Amino acid sequence: MVEVNGPKVYTYLFGNKALPITETMVNYWIVMVFILLLCLFLTSKMEKIPKAKQAVAEKIVMIVDGLVDQNMGKNCRQYSPFIVTLMFSSVFGSLASMFTLRSVTGDLNTTLGWALIVSGMIIYNKIKTNGFVGFLKGFTEPIWIMTPLNILSEVSTPVSMSFRHFGNIAGGLVISTLMLSALSALSSALNLPIPLFQLGIPGVTGLYFDLFSACIQAFIFSMLTMAYVGSAKE
Amino acid sequence: MDPKAFVAGMSALGAGMAMIGGLGPGIGEGYIAGQACSAIARQPESQANVTRTMILGIAMAESSAIYSLVIALLLIFANPLLNKV
Repeated sequence: MVEVNGPKVYTYLFGNKALPITETMVNYWIVMVFILLLCLFLTSKMEKIPKAKQAVAEKIVMIVDGLVDQNMGKNCRQYSPFIVTLMFSSVFGSLASMFTLRSVTGDLNTTLGWALIVSGMIIYNKIKTNGFVGFLKGFTEPIWIMTPLNILSEVSTPVSMSFRHFGNIAGGLVISTLMLSALSALSSALNLPIPLFQLGIPGVTGLYFDLFSACIQAFIFSMLTMAYVGSAKE
Repeated sequence: MDPKAFVAGMSALGAGMAMIGGLGPGIGEGYIAGQACSAIARQPESQANVTRTMILGIAMAESSAIYSLVIALLLIFANPLLNKV
């Protein structure tokens, strides 16, 4: 019998059932420490003429700054630290599954948290550019009868962003779990001395479901963030 | 008939039917990729831009398939209806 479970609950904070400490939280802290150590490693002993690791750090900063300039317009460089944080936590959170940890983004709470931050950012920027009255007035565009639909589209932004990311990673998780059990059943049905089918095939499909979809989803999440926040500033 | 078994079976059927939602995005994504191919063939120098836009568009088109996948996963692994029986 195949079982695909959500993140395990390790313990409860203060013994309170409403405050569980889940696998996702622990793994996310591990990922955060990893990212912190990576940043410290890449930016230690900076020089005027960059060596290999400093060149990598500078390349990352240049790529993200270029993306922000291109998608949000000029004078938006203050958003690139946020964008690169989203990108890195998404990539390494999804790639945690390659190091036998459960994917951080395979839990709706993580992606919904990010999407809510982005949604708050969108609303803040809308109010900042148009004023509070202008923000409220924006809901009645183009005519007042569209107001429910406009409110719905405001609500559906974080929902669609978070569900897209979560669905891709969780779908990959379920498919790889099902496939591993199917391959092991095949190996044991044929009475093979070594589990031949589980040897290489999961690696090849993991290349798509873990590596490719993790990188693409991180890219898409940050691209959508840039597009939404950029359009809110206009 | 055991009502729990009936709900579970119907949920499995529903999960299968929900995945029909993968049909439309499949067609749409194929169309996007085809259009991107012809755009790159016409203007090979714009390949980087076209590819990035294509990937973004495919991800947007895929979200409806992802919604049906989420619903199918919910019905199979975390069925809320089973507790109501």
